[in-house]
Amino acid sequence: MAKYIGKRLLYMILSLWLIVTATFFFMRIAPGNPFTSEKQLPPEIEANLNAHYGLDKPWYAQYGDYLLKVAKWDFGPSFKYKSQSVNDLINEGFPVSFILGLEAILIAVAFGLILGIIAALKHNRWQDYTAMIIAVAGISVPSFIMATFLQYFLAIKLGVFPVARFETFMHTVLPALALASTPMAFIARLTRSSMLEVMSNDYIKTAKAKGLSQGVITVKHAIRNALLPVVTYMGPLTAGILTGSFVIEKIFGIPGLGSHFVTSITNRDYTVIMGVTVFYSIILLASILLVDIAYGIIDPRIKLAGGKKGE
Amino acid sequence: MKKRLSIFFSMLLVLSMFLAACGGNDNADSGEKGSDSDAGKSDVAQELRVNINTEPPSLHPGLAKDSTSGTVLRQTFDGLTRIGKDGKPEEAAAENIEVSEDQKVYTFTIRDAEWSNGDPVTAHDFEAAWKWALDPNNQSEYAYQLHVIQGAEDANLNGGSLDDVGVVAKDDKTLEVTLANPTPYFLELTAFYTYLPFNSKIAEANPNWAHDAGDDYTSNGPFVMTEWSHSDKIVLEKNEKYWDADTVKLDSIEMIMINDPNTELSMFDNGELDWAGAPTGALPTDAMQALKDAGTLVTQSIAGIYNYKFNTTVEPTSNVNIRKALTHALNRQELIDNILQGEQQPAMGIVPPSMFPENEEGYFPDNDVETAKEFLQKGLEELGYSDPSELPAITLSYNTSEAHQKIAQAIQDMWVQNLGIEVTLDNQEWAVYLDKVHSLDYQVARMGWLGDYNDAINFLDMYKDANGGNNDTGWEDPAYQELLTNSATEADPEVRQQMLKDAEAIFMDAMPVAPIYFYTNNWVQDDNLKDVIVSGLGDAQFKWAYFE
Repeated sequence: MAKYIGKRLLYMILSLWLIVTATFFFMRIAPGNPFTSEKQLPPEIEANLNAHYGLDKPWYAQYGDYLLKVAKWDFGPSFKYKSQSVNDLINEGFPVSFILGLEAILIAVAFGLILGIIAALKHNRWQDYTAMIIAVAGISVPSFIMATFLQYFLAIKLGVFPVARFETFMHTVLPALALASTPMAFIARLTRSSMLEVMSNDYIKTAKAKGLSQGVITVKHAIRNALLPVVTYMGPLTAGILTGSFVIEKIFGIPGLGSHFVTSITNRDYTVIMGVTVFYSIILLASILLVDIAYGIIDPRIKLAGGKKGE
Repeated sequence: MKKRLSIFFSMLLVLSMFLAACGGNDNADSGEKGSDSDAGKSDVAQELRVNINTEPPSLHPGLAKDSTSGTVLRQTFDGLTRIGKDGKPEEAAAENIEVSEDQKVYTFTIRDAEWSNGDPVTAHDFEAAWKWALDPNNQSEYAYQLHVIQGAEDANLNGGSLDDVGVVAKDDKTLEVTLANPTPYFLELTAFYTYLPFNSKIAEANPNWAHDAGDDYTSNGPFVMTEWSHSDKIVLEKNEKYWDADTVKLDSIEMIMINDPNTELSMFDNGELDWAGAPTGALPTDAMQALKDAGTLVTQSIAGIYNYKFNTTVEPTSNVNIRKALTHALNRQELIDNILQGEQQPAMGIVPPSMFPENEEGYFPDNDVETAKEFLQKGLEELGYSDPSELPAITLSYNTSEAHQKIAQAIQDMWVQNLGIEVTLDNQEWAVYLDKVHSLDYQVARMGWLGDYNDAINFLDMYKDANGGNNDTGWEDPAYQELLTNSATEADPEVRQQMLKDAEAIFMDAMPVAPIYFYTNNWVQDDNLKDVIVSGLGDAQFKWAYFE
């Protein structure tokens, strides 16, 4: 196990290096620079700025400097926000996105599983149809529509929740719901289809033949195997949701990390682009690793260590 | 056994998620209590809540270069002058201003005033702040605002010495400023944020004083910043040490950062904001008509223009008659009524009417299709075409945005219908677009311009040199250049104004730019909120504001 994780960590570092390299060069190829503005700067001031931030150095020197700094977990100053370093932006934004993301994941997993299981157990009955209509709606309604819808009815019409911002627990409910709606629907569909498949297996029939109750069969025998596809999906979902959503954060005015992924590119804020990309990649790679480990726990047939890893 | 263990682990995973989420909620709950007690106190008091859209990039007067930072700085700092309620600069940190005969030497007497930490505000603070911005080592992107001062441009760009810059603190109370040329708008400039002072004692001890709110963030204006949670909100409180504190009625201002017009308006409707829309935020275009019908929309014109630039170095826009045909064939009023819906003013000149009142009318009538057709005919002949359909399609470029796209589509239609020429649309992401326009890689391109100070030179200077940073059209004219050069040294404001008007006439005759409309600010505000002053440049000041 330790050997396996060690190997995986090595691969992670390799992937990270590839991501850093690709982002670094694609970013530089894009026209414009951090000082591009509607009111152009005098060229002397721009040259001075380039020198200050090291943008006048040859590309290999900049690239080498950057790799060294990333290794030391120092992403440098933001070009746009003069009073904050990229580390500050991440340290302040990530906890906010993280809390909101956890809430959303919790809602998505809890309700997704319940809906999916009910749908599978009551296959082709009204419960199934109701659950799947909710799921289809959840998948097809984009999160920004969902967000506005929730704002309009629950905040403005009913006055139960505040419209926006991130201050109290009540403030987090609407964005968490909006964030959770699509993954919840997805999880519900995944759970339903894999539950249906599992329920038709021989060992379930055996369990039935043994005279076990429906509840015991579902909980003890079916759900665990049916969870595998959901766990697979959880990896990228966790990384995506925990690092924040641009749209939801914008609509609800949440000071999370999500908005930096988009605005940094518009601003050509090189250091922020790199910083959030590296950070996101680490979270993504780590959650994929966790998912792989979780496989082994849920399904002992999957052996991590040894020759048949990851099959 | 193994199975049990795995169940235990799955449970642990789920449980840990619950706990983590609950942990977050606990924190959030304690935050709720805090803000509730605040709200309870402020309900009766004078507390303003506005939206400023985004995190201000810098709250250091020397580094600020955008309207969001300017909005905050204008409330927290006091320059030598401040734009008053009537829109004219009035004495602020300076109690007396003397101007020499040749209008090149300004002597400011600094008022007895204190920084928010009790240090006296001195002339040295101004000298230090201005020289700090001009020092090339400090990377001030807006330092060029100070270039009207003698020796400033040299020190900033060409390696000149900061000691030769024409700003000297004669003593604690006297600041003498020598300008390179008579500058009739200099007292407007001294109210601009690049000219604001900082507490030089603190700046010397802590170069990063402006990074966060705290003991080191001292200011000398009507309000002090007591909280800055990045990308979330800024809280300003009344500065009890302000020299004019009796005038300031608001106890606090909460500036939140929501970058979504729909949310902003919803929060206003829900009573969570006292102001929605310009100049600090924005209103959704779709809501304009409803707000107008409800009679709550406030509209005020500001000094800014939305225009289409022509590339004068490529055919067919190199031909003046083609440019005139395209400009005359626009129906601006229709565009404003149906698409913009913000009561903008049609622009038939390039200097806003607040600076040149004649431009209410402009140089030609709006929607003059007949004249446009005549110009087109002349232009086609000069280019060797006999019919508009022979003209290769003209490419109209804009940066990717729904608002610009709607305008471009309407204008494309006007040109096709009115002139019978072919027009294709082309859009790029903002930075890519700017790169393209600045390097003259376009035919017709949209661009906006907002004035930094209340003077026509703001809108004319950029077209002086073909390769000047913001010209983007490739156009220049010796007579135009001469007028602008002479206007810089002209001491008589009347004569100077006339020179600038003549320059605009030359410009409009060559038409390197098609003016479309002059910007307006649109907002809604709490009925009881009074005396928020929005200047002709579109700057908001809360110094005089109060709730009734």
